[in-house]
Amino acid sequence: MNRINQLFDQKKENILSIYFTAGYPELNSTLDIAQALEEAGADFLEIGIPYSDPLADGPVIQNSSLKSIENGMTLPILFDQLKDLRKRVTIPVLLMGYVNPILQYGVEKFCASCKEVGVDGVIAPDLPMYEYEEMYMDCFKSNNLSNIFLITPQTSDERIRKIDELSNGFIYLLSSSSTTGKDVSLSDITENYFSRLKNMNLKNPTMIGFGISDNKSFNKAAQYANGAIVGSAFVKLLSEDNYMEKIPDFISSLKGKQEFA
Amino acid sequence: MSYHVNERGYFGTFGGAYIPEMLYPNVEELRTKYLDIIYEPKFQEEYQQLLRDYVGRPSPLYLAERLSEKYGATIYLKREDLNHTGAHKINNTVGQILLAQRLGKKRIIAETGAGQHGVATATVCALKGIECVVYMGAVDIERQAPNVARMKMMGATVIPAISGSQTLKDATNEALRDWINNPVDTHYIIGSAVGPHPYPDMVARFQAIISEETKWQLKEKTGKENPDYIMACVGGGSNAIGMFYHFLDHADVKLIAVEAAGKGVDSGESAATTYLGTEGVLHGSRSIVMQTPDGQVIEPYSISAGLDYPGIGPQHAHLHTSQRAQYVSVTDDEALNAGLELTRLEGIIPAIESAHAFAYLNKMKFKGDETVVVCLSGRGDKDLDNYMKYFGF
Repeated sequence: MNRINQLFDQKKENILSIYFTAGYPELNSTLDIAQALEEAGADFLEIGIPYSDPLADGPVIQNSSLKSIENGMTLPILFDQLKDLRKRVTIPVLLMGYVNPILQYGVEKFCASCKEVGVDGVIAPDLPMYEYEEMYMDCFKSNNLSNIFLITPQTSDERIRKIDELSNGFIYLLSSSSTTGKDVSLSDITENYFSRLKNMNLKNPTMIGFGISDNKSFNKAAQYANGAIVGSAFVKLLSEDNYMEKIPDFISSLKGKQEFA
Repeated sequence: MSYHVNERGYFGTFGGAYIPEMLYPNVEELRTKYLDIIYEPKFQEEYQQLLRDYVGRPSPLYLAERLSEKYGATIYLKREDLNHTGAHKINNTVGQILLAQRLGKKRIIAETGAGQHGVATATVCALKGIECVVYMGAVDIERQAPNVARMKMMGATVIPAISGSQTLKDATNEALRDWINNPVDTHYIIGSAVGPHPYPDMVARFQAIISEETKWQLKEKTGKENPDYIMACVGGGSNAIGMFYHFLDHADVKLIAVEAAGKGVDSGESAATTYLGTEGVLHGSRSIVMQTPDGQVIEPYSISAGLDYPGIGPQHAHLHTSQRAQYVSVTDDEALNAGLELTRLEGIIPAIESAHAFAYLNKMKFKGDETVVVCLSGRGDKDLDNYMKYFGF
């Protein structure tokens, strides 16, 4: 039972997760942003590990990733910043990143570092399922880390079953196959996809991500899953002046509730 | 030791499919179907016929007498430069377009460095009447203008990749992003022996025609079963793997792969991946990658757009670490001079990529009676500007 499991135990709907790239816009902005997001009402956080060749990302997250690398961000620096994570943030925190920087750091060392600083889960979209299962699952489990898998409308039922079996935490649903930050019209969601998923009675909670940018898309997504994940729209906000001051309004407008403002 | 792919998609410890879920259904479809489709008799019939009547195969195995005399060995050139569109790339695109048709795909995407693969892809798309989108680094669009024009004339859309170093690596990222956003009806024709399994193996099988022909041509011309040396340039490594393929299990054939050292392997401006790289994941496979200790990919450099890549195909990584093949490198200067030398000795202007293989000839120590086959992977028309500028013609 980690913080992710506890959250989904206590809260079943309208869960809001925010993604942002570590070390962006400034090398040392990571924890300030994390704390501000919790204070503004985010339910959990995904902190991105920058990578030079983020092939699943659109321009907004690509640029944040490159800026972060320019700022000097590395995994050792990130873990150093996160030493104070649990002094400042109580909600669940996941690290999200491409597999190569994690491999270079060393997967076992990575899992141990995550546990040490209080990270609860990992999303590594290009880590193959077989490699996770055969080589790393024990390490994830012994460090109480959730490994989060992605599902798209093209993912087969058989594979969804396998993902559900291997998952612990939640499953990340893409409303359509796309890179991040693409304007995905959720009205185009094939009802088929979500009713198919619903009928499968998955044991894990689900969160919808990619293309969620405002209250309308958040509400729409929240109808089909336990909640939704906002990434590019928030990273875009971080590129603006006085971004720290704008975080509370951004979160409350996403949720459509004024009491967080 | 096996030098071929295992059932899990690995060459030794290299290969695999390190891809996000958005790419999984398409790659998995390919993985489960590619061998059945490729070796289906009707497919083979159509493929062989196109290679013969459209591409112009078999490509000649040419005894380069003056070059042989200069280097003190019997040097044959495998003339992939004489293929339709001017390089070996078409061997693979003909195969993949037939595969794409059988998978029911309606749209083709490709990445290109020098533009040779882009042209070869645009060509087979025109031949089959299929929509074609080619991603090409903005820097490469600049330095390979004639090929951009050829692609456009074929009806392809050429989209500049403006991220990173704006070269082959970035064009590959953009093509993969396109495939993520178009998960149905699109086939990605990867041009090099890179990418997630089954691409490296599939591209190698389509390029293996190069060594298959070389084997019987050499026998016909010399009575010998095998040459002593085989030399090829390597970026991602498609012409090299095709040239090596049928000789991999003949340990007496020495395989030499020539990488692009750019301005020198230690100059900070180089693409000599096996020398500068370490084990890592790039573009969907585990291989050798030029990267920082933190796992960020380092921008490579070579004057040759087709070799300007910070990785190498996983099969090459395996041939390198198992020492089955020897990986060496030559600089821009050495390659350009070798290109001019071949032109003046044999009347053949090679692509700057191919010129890298020739540049290593003068670092070889031949005893005098060896037979050498050099893969002349492409012709140099596209590089005339670079040659002219360098030599001040």
